[in-house]
Amino acid sequence: MKPYIREQKQFGLDTIPEDTCFEAGYLVTVNAGWRSIRPVVAADKCIGCGQCYLYCPDGVISLQDGKAVIDYDFCKGCGICEKICRPGAIGMEAERK
Amino acid sequence: MSISAKTLDTNEYFYGHKACAGCGGSLAVRAALKVLGERTVAVLPAGCMSAVGFNFPQLCFANNAIISMFAGTASMLTGVEAGLRRRGITDFHAVGFAGDGGTADIGIQALSGAIDRGDDILYICYDNEAYMNTGIQKSGLTPYGARTTTTPAGEHIHGNLRPKKNMFEIVAAHGIPYAATATVGYLPDFLAKVEKASKIKGPKYIHVIAPCPTGWGIPVSDTVEAAKEIADCGLWYLAEYENGSFRLNRDPKEFTSAEDYLRRQSRFRHLTDEDIRVIIESRDKKWEYIRKNWKQ
Repeated sequence: MKPYIREQKQFGLDTIPEDTCFEAGYLVTVNAGWRSIRPVVAADKCIGCGQCYLYCPDGVISLQDGKAVIDYDFCKGCGICEKICRPGAIGMEAERK
Repeated sequence: MSISAKTLDTNEYFYGHKACAGCGGSLAVRAALKVLGERTVAVLPAGCMSAVGFNFPQLCFANNAIISMFAGTASMLTGVEAGLRRRGITDFHAVGFAGDGGTADIGIQALSGAIDRGDDILYICYDNEAYMNTGIQKSGLTPYGARTTTTPAGEHIHGNLRPKKNMFEIVAAHGIPYAATATVGYLPDFLAKVEKASKIKGPKYIHVIAPCPTGWGIPVSDTVEAAKEIADCGLWYLAEYENGSFRLNRDPKEFTSAEDYLRRQSRFRHLTDEDIRVIIESRDKKWEYIRKNWKQ
């Protein structure tokens, strides 16, 4: 479970929440445009140790079937995962349009 | 049970936030919330983590979270805890995430009061060693020699003139039930301390080093490495305070080079050999005291 992208509501002065509160985990925009480089996992080298998942500041890496999988919608391309990966399964590639 | 990547809660409670790439503070918040779980009320004062987490209508906390005034993190935690207790709710954690400025300078009075009252709260200070959110101004936890926008490095004065405030021992001096230091470079240690704190009644304090690539002048991919290095070279220590006594968790037989650690960061690039000698001297003095007086 993690927050996911939802519809962006348009708020007018009359529809803005009266209290200073709103639904938790409500995401309307991605962070993908921040990247100049992107991490790519070589599945054959990944041993599923989970260190990249543990140390990712954005929490965009999860383990699926014992392999690291990256949510590119929210990855900012910092490259911490590449440095932390002992087997060298993560490489940084230039972001292509 | 020790916490590792394998046993950690796979849910994400701090997701889609707008922190800079490689942000150490967001890593500390994300990791701590994974230990504490969904039934946690997070209180965040004005600072990076509230600025990046609450961009209405984008709300990046999947648990309950609230912004407090800068000075009032601990006071609001008191209120959250008391309010929920009054409503008969018991299975929750009240946790505060404040930066170094919000803890050691602006929020210290509220924190001291909450510890004094013995409120059942967890206060986590993510320490990036300056007011990073507003553009890198010196805080009480900025180390000696660091260049910030308010302590510029000139010909005669080489950055910050004052040493880092000893926040961990200031908190411990209250006789708090549990206090600890950690770094995001050694996350399993930090996570174990958060878990331990979450099971203790009364006020708890954890001080976690969280490098800021923007303010420290390091590549965004080096956050975790720098956070490891600061503990390895002895400029930070991993310790706990419990039942009235200090315990050192990690005693490096040999320090890695503090000079390498400092030279790698642009905030220290101006330091002379003499400045570095002063820093290493004060480090050695501190460790002499720690090794003599704290349990290991």
